[in-house]
Amino acid sequence: MTAPARGTVLAAGAVVVGALPWAVESRYVLGMLVFVALNGLSAVGLSLVMGFAGQVSLGQAAFFAIGAYVSGVLTATYGWNGWVALALAVAAGALVAFTVGLPIFRLSGLLLAMATLAFGIIVYYVLVNWAAVTGGPSGLTGVPALAVGGFRFDNDARMLWLAWGALLVVLAVSGNVVDSRIGRALRALHGSEAAAAAVGIDTARLKLGVFSLAGAITALAGALYAHYLTFINPSPFGFAYSVELLVMVVLGGVASVWGAVLGAAAVVLLVEALRAILPLLTSAHGAAEYEIAVFGVLLMVFMIFLPSGLAGLARRTA
Amino acid sequence: MAAEQVAQYLASGVVVGGIYALIALGFVIVFGVTRIVNFAQGEFVMLGALVMAALGARGMAVPTAFAVSVLGVAALGALLYRVAVHPLRRAPALAVLILTIGASITIRGVALIAWGTDPLVVPAFSPGPPIVVAGAVVVRQGFWVLAVAGAAFVALWWLFTHTYAGAVVQACAVNPRAARLMGIRVERVALLAWGLAAGLGAAAGAVISPITYATYDMGLMLGLKGFVAAVLGGLVSPPAAIAGGFLLGVVESLAAGLVSSAYKDAVAFVVLVVVCLAQVLGALPWRVAEEA
Repeated sequence: MTAPARGTVLAAGAVVVGALPWAVESRYVLGMLVFVALNGLSAVGLSLVMGFAGQVSLGQAAFFAIGAYVSGVLTATYGWNGWVALALAVAAGALVAFTVGLPIFRLSGLLLAMATLAFGIIVYYVLVNWAAVTGGPSGLTGVPALAVGGFRFDNDARMLWLAWGALLVVLAVSGNVVDSRIGRALRALHGSEAAAAAVGIDTARLKLGVFSLAGAITALAGALYAHYLTFINPSPFGFAYSVELLVMVVLGGVASVWGAVLGAAAVVLLVEALRAILPLLTSAHGAAEYEIAVFGVLLMVFMIFLPSGLAGLARRTA
Repeated sequence: MAAEQVAQYLASGVVVGGIYALIALGFVIVFGVTRIVNFAQGEFVMLGALVMAALGARGMAVPTAFAVSVLGVAALGALLYRVAVHPLRRAPALAVLILTIGASITIRGVALIAWGTDPLVVPAFSPGPPIVVAGAVVVRQGFWVLAVAGAAFVALWWLFTHTYAGAVVQACAVNPRAARLMGIRVERVALLAWGLAAGLGAAAGAVISPITYATYDMGLMLGLKGFVAAVLGGLVSPPAAIAGGFLLGVVESLAAGLVSSAYKDAVAFVVLVVVCLAQVLGALPWRVAEEA
């Protein structure tokens, strides 16, 4: 998408998001839209890593958790200002991604993917076992809502503005990155790492940069999540969430940040639909767990028949 | 620290190490022939255990149930390759990895629908009280684990060194293109490799199930640990993968016993990160294969 077209779409998006709380009354729908934005942020981060650095991260949930816990612990336990905590959470996401990426981005391909998986699982175990800080398996309560003066982002409609505002800003920034010199370097890298290196692109530094940016974006989503729900525990941040993010990106079409948002929306809708339908088909016992099987089938079908995802489908039919 | 306790940790580490070694062999064989890390390998372990439990509950004798479980899952492994992986044979390795993640979740979901969430009890192959070896108490099933692992190692060694099929598998692992030029049908060998790997996984699952019970979600962790064991051995050498399996089992058991059992399942992933770091720093005495 060209820069002016992107500007138009983003402006239109901002208007729609601004008006939505008046058009939609259902708190259920508003809450779902907030989750689309939060997952969309994480998925945009992962799609930058997968689509442009050409690497798979199987531990992306860890950055979401880092964002949620840094912001959550600083505000709930130490009483810090929410925005300062949020900024530190984003910085922590970037810093951890940089530190982890520094050695593992010198691995390639499959081993790198499995190393990110190991990182994600280790972070999960730390969250569960470091009870003195994280509250252990039962988690952390009393994370305050973010506020500007007396205006608190403490209901679904207000959170919708904040989360979608953040998503639109991130889309604008990543759109500009993708269109810039760095973006061209990234696409060259995705095409052929050897060729990119041959024309003077510092491929290792570039990949590390993208991974750090993705870490920051995903941590931002995690921090917003913590202030939205006001309660966090480790269970939503396990390997299953990393896979869910992977599904969003694959569904959307790996090399498209817009597709990632589309994929996030599709997954959130699908989960809600399955939660409504599955208990009717099976005994209530364990019904929620069947949804993961549907994700598995979707992943396989998209990888085999539609590797360019929903975004690719839209391009082809347009 | 009493020596008896250490002996106990070592003994349980060796038993679980045999399981990791079997699973790791599956990773090495599939990676060798098709240059794919099959994320669904652990689900074959789970299926082996659950099929064993289901057949046992119907009163089938242990040897028959074991054979049916291993052969059935092996056929499923070959089928998975043919139906889902083969269409992506020209896709990048990472795309295939994502596909096998999808396959893994799908198989887990189907197992959940078929068998539910409750752990299924599988009776021990030979009932009786545990046996004391060098101060360590080992359940009888532990010896069955080592016997099955040992038998599988010998069978594979024989296959690779004494049969045409084994030589062909090795040829494909060394250089698939050259093998194809020699008239070897690489796709068929890949099918064989996937079936073999799935069967090894199922054997591991069937023989460990009397100790751990059989549940639909047991595959992910076992599969990942088998992968770590394979990486410890460099991902291309079957004997090194077996050594990696036992090493990981012992390290995990000692770490859980001597340090903290809360982090028991995290040990394997710390090992993976350490191996990766060592490889990057050039401090690893051997190399882990990274991709095709």
